[in-house]
Amino acid sequence: MNETDTLEYFETILKNDPEKSEAVAAIETLFHYIKLDDAETLHGFMENIQKASKWLEESDLSGAVTSISSGCQLFLRFITLAKDPENMESDIQKCKGILVKRGHDFLDKVKTLRKKISKLANPFITDGSTILVHSHSRVVLQVLKQAMQDKKRFTVYVTESNPDKSGHKMVNKLTDVGIPAILVLDSAMGYIMEKIDFVMVGAEGVMESGGIVNKIGTFTMAVCAKYLNKPVYVLAESFKFARLFPLSQEDVPNKFKYKASKLNDKVDLTKEHPNVDYTPPSLLTLLFTDLGILTPSAVSDELIKLYL
Amino acid sequence: MPGNQDSASRSPLSQQTPSRGRRKQKSNPRGQSTPQLQGQTPQQNQNIKNASPGEGDTPKTKAQLRAERRALQEAQRAAKAATKQSPSTPVSTKKTPRKFGLQMQDTADKHDKVSISGGETPRNVTSISTIQRRTGFFAHLPRYQHNVSLTKDANPKIHPAILKLGLQYVEGVICGSNARCLALLGTLKQVIETYSTPKQKELSRDLSTNLKKNMDFLAQSRPLSVGMINAFKHLKSCINGIPREKAEDEAKQDLYGCIDSYKQSILLAGKAIAKNLIENDKITDGDTIMVYAFSSLIKNVLCEAHDKGKTFSVIVVDGRPKLEGREMLRRLVKHGIKCSYILISAASYVMREVTKVLLGAHALLANGYVMSRVGSSQVALIARSYNVPVLVCCETYKFTEKVQTDSFVSNELGDPNSLVQIGKKENYLSNWKEQKSLHLMNFIYDVTPSDLISMVITELGMVPCTSVPVVLRIKQV
Repeated sequence: MNETDTLEYFETILKNDPEKSEAVAAIETLFHYIKLDDAETLHGFMENIQKASKWLEESDLSGAVTSISSGCQLFLRFITLAKDPENMESDIQKCKGILVKRGHDFLDKVKTLRKKISKLANPFITDGSTILVHSHSRVVLQVLKQAMQDKKRFTVYVTESNPDKSGHKMVNKLTDVGIPAILVLDSAMGYIMEKIDFVMVGAEGVMESGGIVNKIGTFTMAVCAKYLNKPVYVLAESFKFARLFPLSQEDVPNKFKYKASKLNDKVDLTKEHPNVDYTPPSLLTLLFTDLGILTPSAVSDELIKLYL
Repeated sequence: MPGNQDSASRSPLSQQTPSRGRRKQKSNPRGQSTPQLQGQTPQQNQNIKNASPGEGDTPKTKAQLRAERRALQEAQRAAKAATKQSPSTPVSTKKTPRKFGLQMQDTADKHDKVSISGGETPRNVTSISTIQRRTGFFAHLPRYQHNVSLTKDANPKIHPAILKLGLQYVEGVICGSNARCLALLGTLKQVIETYSTPKQKELSRDLSTNLKKNMDFLAQSRPLSVGMINAFKHLKSCINGIPREKAEDEAKQDLYGCIDSYKQSILLAGKAIAKNLIENDKITDGDTIMVYAFSSLIKNVLCEAHDKGKTFSVIVVDGRPKLEGREMLRRLVKHGIKCSYILISAASYVMREVTKVLLGAHALLANGYVMSRVGSSQVALIARSYNVPVLVCCETYKFTEKVQTDSFVSNELGDPNSLVQIGKKENYLSNWKEQKSLHLMNFIYDVTPSDLISMVITELGMVPCTSVPVVLRIKQV
């Protein structure tokens, strides 16, 4: 499978199932790639996979580079982590069989993650609450839908979320299922903040510090929330955990902030709008993940367990 | 062992003490003072060997030791009173400034005070009894005792190499957590080399009690650093793991391996930290990095980054009384790094220009607080108020389960005299010991709260400082 095939496959997954997160689509593509790969040695095989995950990261097909990169890394980590001494040595085909089986397990698990998260977050949405959400997020959507199904009454404010106006998409999806949703301007974040009970956002990537990288404007929202003492809840699957530790906005890698095409064209980045920003852990209240409800400082604990 | 040399060559104390002595000699006729001195301490010039293994008394009980200490204090008080009465009081005659181990004393007369580096001086007697005047708030801190005998109560089981090391700690010849720990490991190896198991005893049991006694001795000379305690714990677990049927030579070889690999891991950790920092672009072109005082690790990291072609400048912040930053400055400039040098009182003035603060650490506590050279927490506080990220570099062997929320719970006290000694100028507080209401506290460490620290860089990677317990748990497994 070459680059164009891989990306085409990735694109069709995204098109067929718009509810699927980009990271899962990327993982599925990688999985498909592993099955078709014809490398002779284990080393060559690993090299090929790394190459494929790089293609996916550098593609312009989706905005969520952060989650794709962390998802691919975790997937590779998972399937290659524990060596099976009996089978690993014998031959590449058997070895690949094991990897494919593990990949299968991983994908099966990934599909159930959102359900777990919505179960955890459900008690936090109480009757009569008012929620502020930012941009379009599938996890947040699922949690809100679940709450609706449980016959809870609540109102949602959604920011417009420029430049791609993904807030419009979110409002439409919410009103479709009968949740009262109101669109507000990005600049009205501070204005609306005193009316709401808590902020609920998704995340593109959860950093080692416990902070998150998410759609631009999340940081602003968290600062406003901090000022008015409103809790900020983050919903994120554990495959979004990344081994990165930004110290400031400047410190977030450029490949996350700008589209790959812009980086390749060598345009003047100071004049470009970044797509994401970094929200430090001190502004977040809780993270709802499939590993449980975590405080920001517990994230690095989980990451240390995973990677060390 | 580069760390060792590092600290051996920088010891501000070593230069100060003799020069002070010389200055005083000029103003005071020596003839007057000498007989008086001799009168006070008749048994000065005996050799270190007298106190080393083989000779003499059995281990004492705690009660006995306490009684002895009280007797010693009384003797000092008496000595002080005597010096006050006599007209020619303030004298110091240090002819042989620093020759370790040559002029140490026997334990024969329990009531006599013994000096480490030669001449017994009335100044020292006064200083100690003054410190004992200290009351209330800080009474729990181990007092600074520069010239109290180390060898007086010395158990005959103390190894000469350990005696030497203890003296080096006291004098500040070896300072800095890494250097102290590496020196300790080297010395413990020597102790094990000369050790032989007594008949009808087991190596694993007898050796660890033997080493424990040696460690207790070192703790008397200067409170043990967290790194040293951890290193010793590791060695002890190695000793305990030796099966009883193993031959002594083999067991010793195992222990050498254990010590060497621990040493190696400390040195490699430093390299890994530098690599982590540089590869993750935490030092980037155009950075202005602030550092405080001296840390061998930070120095290595900066030199390494410079070698990798990063262009950055460094602001070295320094604080009295040790002024270790000057050594940092010297080494960085020698390496070709662009530096500026300020005192801590000007830190807030330059903080505007700074993009990152790099700090070393003495220990990382389980609640994420960082124990470091006194002054670090002030630098971190200023950095936080200017939104400058504070990065702490620390090897994981310095992580500890201890928890401390302020610097007073446990700390180390340095020589109070060094606080009033400023340059060559005549100082206004030279008679501070006579001021009954005045206490001078020379704290060595302070504790920086975790919310002032952006991240900790360890050899395992970058972690927030709240993850100390997780790292400890992983290391135990």
